[in-house]
Amino acid sequence: MSRRVVITGQGAINALGNSATATMQAMAEGRCGIGTLEIRDAARLQIGIAGQVKGYDEAAHFGRSELVLYDRFTQFALLAAREAMDQSGLNVGASDPTRTGVVLGTSGGGLQTQDENYRLVYEEGKNRVHPFVVPRLMNNAATSHVSMTHGAQGPSFTVATACASSNHAMGLAFHLIRSGMVDSMITGGSESMLVFGGIKAWEGLRVMSKDGCRPFSATRNGMVQGEGAAVFVFEELEHARARGANIIAEVIGFAMSSDASDIVMPSRDGAARAIAGALKDAKLNPSDVGYINAHGTGTAANDKTECGAVRDVYGAAADDLMMSSTKSMHGHLIGGTGAVELLACIMAVRDGIIAPTIGYEEPDPECDLDIVPNVAREAKVEVAVSNAFAFGGMNAVIALRRAP
Amino acid sequence: MAENVKEKIVEIIAEQAVLQPSDVTMDATLEELGVDSLGLVEAIFAIEEAFDIQVPFNANDPSESDFDVSNIGAIIKAVETLVAAKG
Repeated sequence: MSRRVVITGQGAINALGNSATATMQAMAEGRCGIGTLEIRDAARLQIGIAGQVKGYDEAAHFGRSELVLYDRFTQFALLAAREAMDQSGLNVGASDPTRTGVVLGTSGGGLQTQDENYRLVYEEGKNRVHPFVVPRLMNNAATSHVSMTHGAQGPSFTVATACASSNHAMGLAFHLIRSGMVDSMITGGSESMLVFGGIKAWEGLRVMSKDGCRPFSATRNGMVQGEGAAVFVFEELEHARARGANIIAEVIGFAMSSDASDIVMPSRDGAARAIAGALKDAKLNPSDVGYINAHGTGTAANDKTECGAVRDVYGAAADDLMMSSTKSMHGHLIGGTGAVELLACIMAVRDGIIAPTIGYEEPDPECDLDIVPNVAREAKVEVAVSNAFAFGGMNAVIALRRAP
Repeated sequence: MAENVKEKIVEIIAEQAVLQPSDVTMDATLEELGVDSLGLVEAIFAIEEAFDIQVPFNANDPSESDFDVSNIGAIIKAVETLVAAKG
């Protein structure tokens, strides 16, 4: 009999709250975490809004010797991992520590560190930077620090597939446990791209909204960036049961695909292949799925392509399921987004609450699914699926079921 | 000045379309010239750099931006307006 994988811990920090519970609470209330972007030189940016983590004091969470090594994206990952591990009660060192690994997603890695230090050498003309710039900015820094903090000695790496990074990371963590390579994984994703250079780069692409994220609404005009992290403890079912762990949900399927077509324009076929693959991996029929957490970026191209792909795969069942984009509330966390969005899937299967797509104003005939407009809904959902479709055409879809 | 704007824009579009400037006619659409959405975003960046202007263009909905890209003539006219407004 094949090994089953469950979630025994969850943690988060993002514009909606400083814990997984606070994030879910905000999602259930349909609260918007998007507000004025407060960063250095914001006046030189055309984009003035973001889903920023406000009122955050790094010194309240970490000591000086830690902070010299932790970029903001690493701090977010560590805080989310700490919460997830506390909740899970998993003690990596209690048995074989090589049977626990860490796989996290991020797109940009230590961008705060890069931005600050480029300023120092290019703008201020300094000829010397702090000795830890490299270990702070590297993409695997968050994964490494989570591994060190919790003593996880098993397979550990960072996945960078832009907006699908977290889903790829969590999917691979699921596969590592299911295959028998490990018994538990700390997994999710983190991003902190709200820096002058990061936003300036996105502005160049002209897909950012200046006034809000309105996925699936005919009035949508682009994405809004967010920041933060979510981290989970994935564990083999019998392993979790043996230590009496509380089981939050079960991970039942995962698939990936590549569009192999365009570097920025999404492909309906590529998205559909990933969705269909995840259903097949989870041995699901389309009608088994009650909720989809959409990629739903709020761009013209993504939202209609995604709705088309969902129709292609789910067929008639597409009219019976609910699909929402929580990016309307927390913004697009790029490499961390799938992890925060998994919380909406957990809330659906565990609590029976469907997070809404807020900011919805007008129907778009090309997005004619039940996108749970503006207000959360109560519904009994057995299975939830989370979509992620990245720039570069890399797609990753993960499926959850209510805890066994 | 007007002739310069036209010439420069034709040059920018021709480069994106991999055509000779003489092939870029005023009533041609970007689609006809084979300039896709990414090419358009790049062309607008080149226009902003060339004329030191800010072009109000959102790739999410080109038709609803305050910048007419329906054909080459329209783009030139829109840029001329922006250049004039700059003073």
